[in-house]
Amino acid sequence: MTATYTPSELLAVSASRLLADNKVVFAGVGIPLLASALARATHAPGLTIVVEGGSIGLEVDPGRLPISTNEMRAARRAVALPSITQIFLYAQRGYFDYGFLGGAQIDPYGNINTSVIGTVERPKVRLPGSGGACDIACLCREIMIVTRHERRRFVERLDFVTSPGQIDGGGGRRRAGLLFGGVTALVTDLALMDFDPGTGRMRLVALQPGAEREQVREQTGFELEVAPDVRRLEAPTGDELKLLRGLDPSRMFL
Amino acid sequence: MPKTERPPVTFVDARRRLEAKARAPRDKRMSIADAAALVHDGDHIAIGGCLYSRTPTLLLREVLRQRRRDVVLSRSLMCYEGELFLAAGASREIVTSWVGIGLPWGLSRIVREFVEGGQARFEEWSHLAIGLRYHAGAMGVPFLPTLSMLGSDLLRTTGAKTMTCPFTGEQLCLVPALFPEVALIHVHRADRFGNAQIDGYPHMDADIAAAAQTVVLSAEEIVEPDEIRRTADRTVIPFFAVDAVVEAPYGAYPHEMYGLYDVDLEHIDGYARRVGADGVAAARAYLDEYVYGPPTPQAYLDKFGAARLARQRRAAEELTGR
Repeated sequence: MTATYTPSELLAVSASRLLADNKVVFAGVGIPLLASALARATHAPGLTIVVEGGSIGLEVDPGRLPISTNEMRAARRAVALPSITQIFLYAQRGYFDYGFLGGAQIDPYGNINTSVIGTVERPKVRLPGSGGACDIACLCREIMIVTRHERRRFVERLDFVTSPGQIDGGGGRRRAGLLFGGVTALVTDLALMDFDPGTGRMRLVALQPGAEREQVREQTGFELEVAPDVRRLEAPTGDELKLLRGLDPSRMFL
Repeated sequence: MPKTERPPVTFVDARRRLEAKARAPRDKRMSIADAAALVHDGDHIAIGGCLYSRTPTLLLREVLRQRRRDVVLSRSLMCYEGELFLAAGASREIVTSWVGIGLPWGLSRIVREFVEGGQARFEEWSHLAIGLRYHAGAMGVPFLPTLSMLGSDLLRTTGAKTMTCPFTGEQLCLVPALFPEVALIHVHRADRFGNAQIDGYPHMDADIAAAAQTVVLSAEEIVEPDEIRRTADRTVIPFFAVDAVVEAPYGAYPHEMYGLYDVDLEHIDGYARRVGADGVAAARAYLDEYVYGPPTPQAYLDKFGAARLARQRRAAEELTGR
């Protein structure tokens, strides 16, 4: 059966499949939260969702998606509402298995910029800033980047490193003092990627249904490594799409 | 844009100033105008709540009405109150981890204009770093260590430093304590002495209160001290940290108050659309209509109308009902 779906729906479904059962995911609002809620509704009922406004174990209510991580909709059926600082200290302590991130600019080592295009002193574009992204990148165990695949996003050099990924692909994280965690996967509407064990640079691992290598190359602003056997990801199923659309019936994020 | 030319408050100064304050339990209730007058030109104001939750909207409105100048604003996540202070000419410096309203509204046009044009400074820290800066202030120590911000360019653009841990030899990021001159905090209930209780998300407010030199509280409800004594386990800010208590029903509106009223997204969306189209001029028109125009908090709330407030109240009850 071939279902039709939007790039956002594809992203949410692909991201949800990366989440294993009985883990803890630190999710932002939008696609990460939808992906986490979808995982709970399908293969990972024991997944615990945490959001940075200070909510642990929330259950996303269909049709009542939060727009911010610190509003009542993000606290539905939560088991605890600690302070924001405490939430991040749980991350620093090592409780959070997964952290989801997006980004305005991403480099070949999975470092992310959400701060400025241009210089900090006189930015060409002042972006919103880190929020909890830098903390998630530094403190969670497996960091997963979820974003649309666009050439202007995937750039060789960042104007600013807001959230450290693999830094230089070598021992950069360790040298910076980041003893734990790292970027394990990048999922886009075109591909699934990780990092080449040799060069440390981003590597194509699998293609989304309908996407071709040439298209991925065109939409990536740097030379992308390619895994020896590039797989093909499975299309979202009818059930996954139905659940997902049920969560966001007004298509706020889909 | 140069950093404001003022030496930071050290933990020693902050402690001495605090020791000099009276701590006798006394009735701290006052009018919102008198409370807002505790904010002076040039003060660093820490804002309680987070983004569009539990924002001290009525207190901020009053500070703007009193035409304060050159204040520095800090907050965990800064919503459009930051834009209003920039557009009003009340602030040229914002310290936060993120500025905006939310994903659907995109980048803040006004913050962009001011910061990109060199008229304002946006000092960006990570979310945890902001929290630890307030927490260090609340602890009365000069800094706290963290593993966050290591490997980030935020290390070089903020006042953070690194050190080698004297116990383990590992590298640590140190963030300096923040001692705001004033904290503006909106809570669910407080007694006349300033013992304050918050329902739902505590955000960073308890730390902000303990870190600040002067704490101005507004509360949805002023309750008898006996009620606080019966529910002391819920008190998050003790009276000795508080300087002023203002009774302010709907004090966060149009932002949400956990369990009491939902965020008025229609109103916020209308504001965001106008600012998206007309920039600073739209923010100044909003200031005229909602800040400088209505002379009292009640006149401000009347602009929304009782039916709308009741609707938002029902929505919150429904959202937090089990």
